[in-house]
Amino acid sequence: MDFRDSAEESAFRERLRAWLAERAGTFPTSGDDYWRRQGEWHRALYEGGFFGLSWPREYGGHELPPVYDVILDEELARAGAPPRPSLGYLVQGLGRHGSEELRRRFLPGMINGTERWCQGFSEPGAGSDLASLTTAAVRDGDGYVLNGHKVWTSYSDSADWCLLLARTDPDAPRHKGISAFVVSMHQPGIEQRPLKMISGVTTEFGQVLFDGARVPADQMVGVPGEGWALAMTVVGHEREPSTLGFSARYGKLVRDLASRVGDAPPAELAWAAVQTEMLRLHVRRRLSEQLDGISHGPEGSLDKLLMTWVEQDVGHAALAVGGTGDPELLNAYLYSRAQSVMGGTSQIQKNIIAARILGLET
Amino acid sequence: MDARLTAEQRELRTAAARLAADLGPGSVHDLDEADRVARLEKAVAATGWRTLRSDGASGVEVALVTEEFARGLVDVPFLGPVLADDLRAGGDPWTIAVGAEAVDARGMERALALDGHRVLAGRVGAVVPGADLTRRSAQVVGPLEPVGEITAERAERWRALALVVTCADLLGAARGAHAVACDYAKVRRQYGKTIGSYQAVAHLLAEGLALIEGSVSVLRHAAWAVDELTPAEAIRAARIAKLYCARAARTVCETAVQVHGGIGNTWECVVHVYLRRALASADLFPARLEEIDLGLS
Repeated sequence: MDFRDSAEESAFRERLRAWLAERAGTFPTSGDDYWRRQGEWHRALYEGGFFGLSWPREYGGHELPPVYDVILDEELARAGAPPRPSLGYLVQGLGRHGSEELRRRFLPGMINGTERWCQGFSEPGAGSDLASLTTAAVRDGDGYVLNGHKVWTSYSDSADWCLLLARTDPDAPRHKGISAFVVSMHQPGIEQRPLKMISGVTTEFGQVLFDGARVPADQMVGVPGEGWALAMTVVGHEREPSTLGFSARYGKLVRDLASRVGDAPPAELAWAAVQTEMLRLHVRRRLSEQLDGISHGPEGSLDKLLMTWVEQDVGHAALAVGGTGDPELLNAYLYSRAQSVMGGTSQIQKNIIAARILGLET
Repeated sequence: MDARLTAEQRELRTAAARLAADLGPGSVHDLDEADRVARLEKAVAATGWRTLRSDGASGVEVALVTEEFARGLVDVPFLGPVLADDLRAGGDPWTIAVGAEAVDARGMERALALDGHRVLAGRVGAVVPGADLTRRSAQVVGPLEPVGEITAERAERWRALALVVTCADLLGAARGAHAVACDYAKVRRQYGKTIGSYQAVAHLLAEGLALIEGSVSVLRHAAWAVDELTPAEAIRAARIAKLYCARAARTVCETAVQVHGGIGNTWECVVHVYLRRALASADLFPARLEEIDLGLS
């Protein structure tokens, strides 16, 4: 057991620090400005050799252990740089369920940032109950015609491609009639509508209306009916703090808050510091367990729940320090409220923990 | 970076868990069984785990045994003697004194205290009443006498270890209470279904498990830090762990009482034994939010 960096990890950290020092202050770190230039930041990280660290080399990754992603997140936060774009769950979805041909065609562009992606899962009528989705993909010649309404689609307005869930077999049991597609966002029959969040951010999430858009049949990911399995792969990875890379950001906000309060920090801030440190160490333990090949099934729900509590406690600390008069801190607080909803609500996470880990009856 | 336990550490944990399961009290009634307590005392003494520190073990091993003993409600001294051994090795097991009170003092004759970096010793006197039904505190008779000095660095590491063993005790108590509550939720039926099938109950237990997992993570680091980081860093890690584990354990134990309903509020139900033990371990070497250094690494 050793919580310190190994020699290789330490060398990587130094190289990254030097690279970040050269770029200090050149990219916005939050709000709409961040989302607008996220693609540019993604490509800069990739070209510097700091993106896709744990992904396969053949698609442009570096095949390093996942702890390198955590080092990256820590150093980004420490340098005041923007966070790492979170794509891991899409890479996992396409990587695990896509054919060799689809993987070769799409993973390199996804990883190097030259092609932008969004995820078309949730619908106005299908939130926690994702399997009730109604967006239809109807076979027509060598492709499918798409009709439906997607919502909470991150960066949909800047996306080139959408990993879309749609119902291909309306007569099959509801979990079995869903298929996944790689859909071009540059075509007629797609209407974008922005979604303004309670923090005022408008460019993070969008709504996408599909009205007769098309997708070639060979851009189905996996076989017909594999959409639900892909969705479970994606949301499972979406629930790991190491994939999201948020924990280092919380530490950064806590330090920023501490610098504003001097010697008498409010109790909320001290508690947020405790929570943030817990999460940092929890991510390290989870990543270490992955070295034994322990699969991340329902345990991801524990990680997500812990992460949510931490983010929302940090949000409360921001409010305690800034009151409602500081717009930046107020927005940090307001933004934190979404954490117990996105990627599966806290209530859904608790259902998963209760049924699949504790073995309680459902 | 590697936060995994070694194979030896996992074996030690398993052995401690087995001993606690075999000879610890399985019920409130068992607490009064003198024969069992005597057998447990003999078994714990035979393991040599009370001298883990002077035998060269790290904070991680001490924390693992402490956690398993708390999970099994082991009601003979361990935390006290293992901390006393770290101050002054050799001889019969002694426990430690905090202020004028010897803690974890069942059957103990002498207690050691740390004052700055001076080690003091005193005789253990009459039992004083306390919340904990598994460990008892006692008066220290007469003035404490100096018996030696340790370096400032060792004194700081001892304080970090003291915080860490109380964290491990809290985690063990939380895990024990949580397991009892989950078992009960699977058998107790109301409205024709097990109570664990209701989300209102299931979600409390799910939250409890998340708090336990967070405690494991924060404790693992603090236990490692006792010997591997600077004394100041070790203290900082231990304080953070203590604040987290104390809040988590109290919540988990309170949940266990609630899940048991009316029965959980009766003396016969074992959950209050865990809750009481957790309260005592939270009080012993407490950490305060005001002590937290906000310059996070």
